[in-house]
This record gives sequence, C-alpha cells and structure tokens, in this order.
Amino acid sequence: MKSDKVINKVDLIFRKSESDEISVIKRVLEKKPIDIINNIIDSGLRGRGGAGFPTGLKWKLAYEQNSTVKYVICNADEGEPGTFKDREILDVVPQKVLAGMAICAYCIGAKKGYIYLRGEYFFLANKLEEIIENFNQKLKTIGLDFEIQLYLGSGAYVCGEETALFESLEGKRGEPRNKPPFPTSVGFLNKPTVINNVETLVYAYIITDIGPNEFKKYGTKDSRGSKVFSISGDTPKPGIYELELGMTVEDFVKEFGDGDTKAVQIGGCSGKCVPRKDFATTIIGFEGIPTGGSMMLFNSSRSMYNVLHNFLEFFCEESCGQCTPCRVGYQQLLKGIEAVKKGERPASYLEELKKLALTMKVSSKCGLGQSAANPFISIVDNFKEEMIY
Amino acid sequence: MIKEVKLKINNIEVCVPEGSTILQAAKKLNIELPTLCYHNDLSVAGNCRVCIVEVKNSRLLQPACVFPVSEGIEVFTNSNLVRQARKHIIELLLSEHNADCTECYRNNNCELQRLAYEYGVSQHLFIDLIPLKNYEKDYSSPSIIKDDSRCIRCQRCVRTCEELQAVSALTVAYRGEHMKISTFFENPMFEIVCTNCGQCVLHCPTGALIERTYIDEVWEAINDPDKHVVVQTAPAVRVALGELFGYEPGERVTGKMVTALKLLGFDSVLDTNFSADLTIIEESNELLERLKKAIKEKQKAYLPMFTSCSPGWIKFAEHMYPELLPHLSTCKSPQQMFGALVKTYYAKKIGIDPKKIVSVSIMPCTAKKFEANRPEMKSSGYRDVDYVLTTRELALMIKQAGINFSKLSETNYDNIMGKSTGAGVIFGVTGGVAEAALRTAYEIITGKEIPFPKLNIIPVRGLEGVREVTIKIDGTLPEWDFLEGMELRVAIAHGLANAKRLIEKILSGQVNYHFVEIMACPGGCLGGGGQPIPVNTEIRKSRVKAIYEEDENMPLRKSHENPDVIALYNEFLHKPLGHKSHELLHVTYTPRKRY
Amino acid sequence: MNEIENIVKEMFKKYGKSRTALIPVLQSIIRKKRFLSDEDIVEVAKLFDLSSAEVYGVASFYSFLDIKPRGKYVIRICKTISCEMKGSKEIIESIKKMLKINLNETTKDNKFSLLTTNCLGWCHKGPAMLINEDVYYDLTPEKVAEIIEFYKNK
Repeated sequence: MKSDKVINKVDLIFRKSESDEISVIKRVLEKKPIDIINNIIDSGLRGRGGAGFPTGLKWKLAYEQNSTVKYVICNADEGEPGTFKDREILDVVPQKVLAGMAICAYCIGAKKGYIYLRGEYFFLANKLEEIIENFNQKLKTIGLDFEIQLYLGSGAYVCGEETALFESLEGKRGEPRNKPPFPTSVGFLNKPTVINNVETLVYAYIITDIGPNEFKKYGTKDSRGSKVFSISGDTPKPGIYELELGMTVEDFVKEFGDGDTKAVQIGGCSGKCVPRKDFATTIIGFEGIPTGGSMMLFNSSRSMYNVLHNFLEFFCEESCGQCTPCRVGYQQLLKGIEAVKKGERPASYLEELKKLALTMKVSSKCGLGQSAANPFISIVDNFKEEMIY
Repeated sequence: MIKEVKLKINNIEVCVPEGSTILQAAKKLNIELPTLCYHNDLSVAGNCRVCIVEVKNSRLLQPACVFPVSEGIEVFTNSNLVRQARKHIIELLLSEHNADCTECYRNNNCELQRLAYEYGVSQHLFIDLIPLKNYEKDYSSPSIIKDDSRCIRCQRCVRTCEELQAVSALTVAYRGEHMKISTFFENPMFEIVCTNCGQCVLHCPTGALIERTYIDEVWEAINDPDKHVVVQTAPAVRVALGELFGYEPGERVTGKMVTALKLLGFDSVLDTNFSADLTIIEESNELLERLKKAIKEKQKAYLPMFTSCSPGWIKFAEHMYPELLPHLSTCKSPQQMFGALVKTYYAKKIGIDPKKIVSVSIMPCTAKKFEANRPEMKSSGYRDVDYVLTTRELALMIKQAGINFSKLSETNYDNIMGKSTGAGVIFGVTGGVAEAALRTAYEIITGKEIPFPKLNIIPVRGLEGVREVTIKIDGTLPEWDFLEGMELRVAIAHGLANAKRLIEKILSGQVNYHFVEIMACPGGCLGGGGQPIPVNTEIRKSRVKAIYEEDENMPLRKSHENPDVIALYNEFLHKPLGHKSHELLHVTYTPRKRY
Repeated sequence: MNEIENIVKEMFKKYGKSRTALIPVLQSIIRKKRFLSDEDIVEVAKLFDLSSAEVYGVASFYSFLDIKPRGKYVIRICKTISCEMKGSKEIIESIKKMLKINLNETTKDNKFSLLTTNCLGWCHKGPAMLINEDVYYDLTPEKVAEIIEFYKNK
C-alpha cells in the first residue's frame, strides 16, 4: 500500500457550476430520456445513501415501467448517526438536488416529486420551500411538466429505508414493506418510483452536465467518482469533505486522525468498525467497506463497549418493531453484552450473540435489522477484551 | 391464461401459477412451513419471519408467505442456515413472551407453543426480557381479555379488526422495543370502539386475546342445589363443537352435545333455535308492518329494516352508524328473547321462582357476553341471561367433567322451549335469518309456501361478502293486496367490512332494499369469535354445509310451524308485536361515540 | 370552525385531500401545542375518516409526534456517540439542574420538557440539541445556560 499517498479532495458537489441548473435541464429536454439514463449507467454512479444500487439502472427500471403515474423522491431523511452531508448539500446547493430530480423525472416520465426531509432539519424547510416554489415555476416556463413538494419527517430513523419512507409519506407508520416488489415497479402510492439519496441526485445532475467521463476520472473501477464524507469523533478537523472513493482507511486516518486513532466506524451505526490493524488493508468504497459517508474516529481513550452499547440502544429504539429478528434481536444483543460485561453470562455468550447477529442479517425485513452484524461482529471480534472486562 | 412457473423446492420440481408464493408452492408439495403472522383470512404481513427459506443466489433468507416464485428458482426449506435462523426467531419470540403455558387459556392450542416444541427450543438461549416490559392485562371487557404478555406482535388481530371488520379498534403503537398492540391511547377494551366480535380472538395465534370465561361461575350454579340452571345452545355451536373433540369440521354433533349438557348437570337443556323461530315471527311481522306503513299508509317507515340478531353488528351500528339505529329491527336477538322468557314464561310454567333460575347460553360468539350484560337486557325483572359461554368454553367444561364426548349417545332437547325448526338453525349461517324470515313472511302475505324447491332459497346462500336477492310477491291474501306484484329486495352482508361496504352504498342512495341481514362475523355465527380455533374459509364452508344439512333434516322448516312457539303465543304472548312481546322481546339501542 | 379543522383544511389544500396529509396535520398541531391530546387525535381521525386508534398508532410511531403532555419548549439532546464523546452527558446534567427536572419530565410551570433524541446531524459540532424546531450545537454548559435563560424570558 502506498501509505504516502495524499487523499484526493474533490470539488464537484459544492462547486459553483459554470452552467446554471435550468439551462442544463433545457439541454436535457432536447435529448432522449434513454440517452441520459445511459450516460448515468456509463458513469458507474452508485447510490450514495449507503446501499450503493447502480443509479442508472434504477432509473432505467422505472423508465421501462408502463405507467402514466410515476414519482421521483429525494431521500433527505439523513438519519444514520455520524452523517450530516445531505444537510450541507441541501443548505448550500439545493438547486442541484432539484435539478437532479427534474432530470430523473424527465427520464422516467414522472410528473410529481417529493423531498422527504428529516424533521430534525426543519430549520431548512422554509428556505427550501421557497427555492422549490421558484424552481417549479422555472420548470413550467421551460415546458417540463414536473412539480416538487417538500415533506417533513417526524423523527424516525427507519423512514430512511425507502419503502418505510413511502409508508410515511402515505400517512402511515414508517414500517418497511416486503421486497419484491421493488420501488421502481411498486413504490409511493403503489406507482413506479425512483427514490434517490440527496447526494446521488446531485451527482446525477453533475454527470448529466459534465459528462460521465469527467466523473469517472475519480475513484476506482468498482467505486466510481467521489463522495461526500461526514467526519466526526476524535479528529482535529471534523466536518464535511468530498473525497475520492477507493482510499485506504490508513490514508484517511493519516489525514483526519488525531495521531491516536484506534478505530474508525465507517457507515455509522449500521456500518463496520475497522481496528487499527486493518487500516492499511481496508478500502473505503464498494470493493471494501461501502458507506453513506459517516466516518467516526475513535482514539485510545474511548471504550468500544460504550460505542457498541450506544449503537445497540439506538437500534432498539429505532427499529420499526414489526419483524421479530430486528425488534427482539437488537434487545438481545444489547442485554447480552450488558450481561457479559456484568459477568452474568460467560464470555462465550458473545459467540451466541454473533450467531444471532448473523441470523438478523439474513432474516430481517429491511436494512435496519440486516445491518446488525456489521457493527456487532466487527466491534466484538476486534475489541473482545473491552467487551468482557 | 395464467402462466405456470416451474421451480424446485428441496430439489423437487413443482409447477405453480405465476404470482404464487413459496408457501403456496410448498403446500402443493405437501411441505408445511411454519407460520405465525400468516393467516388465510388476512393480507400477508411477512413480519414474524418464521417461514423464512433459503433461495439459491439470494443473500437473504426470504419469507415464504410473501416471496413470489419465479421461473427456475431453487428453494431450500430445511438448510442449516434456515434451521438456525428459525430457531433463533422462535427463541426471540419466547424471550418476549410469557411462556407460563400451564396458566394460559391457549395451552395446547397455541401456534407458538407448537413451534417451540417442534424446534426443540425448551432451553432459554436468550435473556428473559419480560421483567423489563410493563406488560398489562386488560380485564375490563365482559367479552375479551387482552394480555400483552402473551402477544407476539404478529399483528393478525390488527389486520383482522381492520380488514375483516373495518373497525380498527386495535392498532400497532410505538416502535422498536416498545412496539405493542394497543387500543386508542391504551384505553381499556370496554371503553373503546370494540364490537366484541372476537374475530381477533379467533385469529390470535397465542393467548394474547382470549374470551373472558365464566366456566367457574357456571359450575358453581350447577352445583348449587338451590339453583335451577337452564341452558340454551345457539344454532352454530352444534356444527362446530365436534372440532374440539377431534371430529372433522362440518360434523354435526347436536344429539351428543345435548347429552353432554345433561351430564354436566344442567337442569334443563333447551335450544336457542326455539327463540330464533320466535324472532322470525316477530321480525317478519315487524317488516310487514313497516312495509304496510310505507306503502299502504304512505307514512314514514324506517326501511330498509336491518336484522338485529348479531350483537357485534349492533354495537358496530351504535358506534359507526347511529343514524341507522331506527332502521334496526327492534327484535332482541334469539339469545335475549330466550333469556327474557326463561325467567317469565318458563318459570311460571314449571313453577319455579325466577330468582332461582340461572340462565346460561352456549354461543359461537364473544359479543353475546357483552350483550347479556347490557343494561337494556333486564326485561324479565332479572338479568335475562346470566352467563354466556363460547363453544370453546363448553368443550372445556365437557373435558373438565371427564366426559368421553365421542362415545356419547344422542338425546333430544328438553321440553317447553326445546323444539325448533330448520328455519331456526339457519340463523347460524349468513343469509339464514333472511331465508327464515322470507319463508315465514311470504306465507303470511300469500298463504302459500315460498316457491323454492324444498324451501331452499338458494339465492340468499353462499359466502360472497355482499349478496342481494329480489323475491317477487305473487298472489297475496286480501289483507296484503298492496304488496301484490311487488319485488321484495333483500341484501345480505357478513363480516363488518362487507357490512360497511353495503351500508355506504345504501346511505349514498346507490342501492335500496326493504330488508337487510347483517351478521358481524365472516360466514355468520358459524364463523363467530367464540368458535373453535383455527378457522379459515374451508372450515367455514364445512360448517355452512352442516347447517344446511341440519335444516333439511328437520321435520319442520318454517318458524311459524314450531309447536312450542305456537303454544307460547297461545298461552302467553297472544300475538306477534303484542303488548307482552314489546315488553319482553323488543328493545331499542342508543348511539355510542364513533372515535 | 375549530383549530384542528382549520389545520386539516389547510393541509388538504397543500397536500391533497387524502391520507398523505395526515402527518403534516399532526406536525402542525405539534408545532402549535407541542403534543397531541386524545381529543385532538379524535378530531383528526374524524376528519380523515380513520379510526382514532389508527391515528394514535401512527403518531406514537414518530418521536416528534408526542402523545404525552409536553411543555412549551421541548428540549431534545442528541445522545448519539459522537455527541456523547463531546460531552452531551454533562449538558444533560446541567439542564437537569437548571430546570430541576429529570429526563422525560416537564417543569411545573409547563415551560420546558427535557428529552433525549437520536442523531441530529451535527456530529462535527457536538453536542447538539433541539429546542422545539430550533437547533443548537457546539454546546457547553455555559452556552446552554444562556440559551435556556433566553427561552425562560421569551
């Protein structure tokens, strides 16, 4: 590993674009939807919310649906602990998000779009509504029949799960649906729906503007482009950074660590914890650890038991509660590590709990439960003594 | 043409129609997959996850109840991964669940208990979470007990209340570790918009929702030498009780049931069918009075007239459609007519102080418990019906008494109010009250039998949610000549969700009828909330068949030919809708809050 | 027309006369009253033709749709690990002392309720908190004292 490599900071997302958004959309309207979609496919852009589904393919699937009613939804329910980049994007370059939605709408044939903004970001709402109103008017003048509306969440992490988000928009409890069917065929109000993360939509807009080749200059074969990272924890420079994908954790820590980094939690509570010994060999990206951008650094003063305990408490509260593995599984993982710590259960019980985490991974209804094994196994395996003593 | 899809389950090939689930495909191969949140009567939730299976090339296990098959998939239902996950899931459910099975009403008939046994999860792998939960037990309702400590959060009750009954008295509240099945603001069951129909009880896989039992009170009365204990049995009980003694659904056990009741020590074993016949006399006369008022006298009459036998429906109407209450027949239900007569007519006839009579009824219904407790139901001067037991409770009493049910001989009901006709027994099935009423009303109007072969009014029968029939009236007697040539329009709905659909159409003026029969439970009383568990469409169909067999086998098929009813009028009531009838057999209801 | 009816009418206009307007309605009531009373939910249920239990089920799902009585100012401190590492626990303690209440309690004058919440999205500037819809970050006990004082006098 080239440990002397400097982290490549990128400036695509927040850069003041040469062309304004409406003129980019105007240009788009002169092309065939499928050509725009193919551009996105060609760019290799994958969803920036965490799951990493190929964006172009998602658009194509919705495009192919035979329905007069379709929807574009911007997932701005950024709830993953340690993530705050969508807030910044919506604050600084909201026009690009809206433009990304409009382009998607044109491609798939949607007339209505929603931004589902988490309730915690209410302070953005008024300003955003004004911008949206303005933008909707402009779309009318250039002849694109598409209208965006802002919706607010009400404090439920699971609503970031796409089908839970639909339920919430529909005025229901945010309980994820069974998949299949997938949103591109049966989504919001049971209509074909493209739901993309805020950042993904901005990249889709940028790729449409500057072309896939510019985007592909960054990143690796499996992880094209750059990504906005939310950096927090034990770091001298917490904040939001757009970085090229494909770096090693070691490179990352060199840049952002405080010199005493013992672990990096990649992808928030539902992501994996990388211990110091694996820094050099772990790549941040789809070939290694994919992430929605949350990077939490922990130095040697931190108890990893506390970290895991905090994560598990979070999941116990934020699980929607409908499926057994997730609802009860997280309670058992939490009570389980407490029992081991207190000596009420033997250290070997951690092995039972790891098996349970694997069950949760394969049998839960949605990503919330399926993520259990990520933090649990990576923290328990790498910091076992901290769990026991 | 529906496309067939070929797939493999455990390496065995199977073809099923496109759109089928893995569960359905497995069933075709006679592979029974464990399920908890799945129920045939309800939409699919896929939330308990015990039916998970391995689908080749899928990184996740998939819930068989909801996962659609596709061409060429390979499914494994017993792989180690599946078995481990399933065992974990059952253990997880048990860690939240009060598993004092011996104290549970559903002991030996609990879906979770069965799975725990099958998967050998008797040891407690995980930490007992019950001490951390503030589980509550709600005893407020005379019909239904809700015990959160037994709940596995499968949401079958919630879907039942919404999809079958359109009530939504139960909901899923909170989320995560605090998620629970709740009423509005966790108010007591007695105070909420609950119809007491008990469909939630019928669809609960465990003992989280059960009927309130009165078995001990009944034993006490039986064993009290000062008490004269009379029991009546509803029509639908006899076609379902057998299921609790190993009989196939649809086997009629009327005679054995009567014998068993006598062996239990009831002083008199009588038949609700008798008062069903009586109801028909009163109700068909009431309908004709209303028609007369509307058509002949051109006055305002509340039409359509709705039946009033189903207490779940009554409470539903009180909450949801108070404006319809004047449309309800003022006839009490057969149970309550019976109760009012037991402590008046019957008491006088056998010369017993009504104070000493304990009136018990065996019902397929949990709402009947509430009905018996209504303040309106004291016209005899006493509580007309003292205790209501469900079919399930009766079976339990028979078991407690050590009676070998299948070996019993068959006996007949006792005298005075024990005789009945086929028209009485079909009260137990959707469409039955309408059919019985038509058999009698038509004859009152025309003096002739209703013109259907063997008196079977086939068009009113069936399990369609909403049905309608038009009967043309031909050859009226002079008194009823204003009805000559008229088409009597009758509608029937069962299951309150269907009832709601029908009522909305009536209220919007899209349709109009003279007579509407509503039964709260799917299939009518035979699918009632007090009937044996489990229930599904097949079982209901078997019970339907049995009820109609019972009808056809009766020597008398028309309520007005019931000799005990005729005697009752001669000796006591004098005439339908007369003074005494009004005093004892009729009632009106009052609106309740909608939300 | 009562207050709830007005809100519902307004939201129907904005979001269409369907259930999709339900959560915006509940949010509006929260912004006015800080919690949903049983009467309010009954009223909403009526106007949406839903069962009141169902609306209750929806409300109780969401952390911000409080169904327990709350004070005029609802303080929610972020309890996520990143804020905890920056001292959120001390912030909670100092507010408890200041207001003389425990977590999940409301002051006697019904002015403040103190709750915790999950990640607010200000992890690089922790500890963070919400007071009603307004966000405060980079908190120190001194800064929090000032903020609370401001609301006390508001």
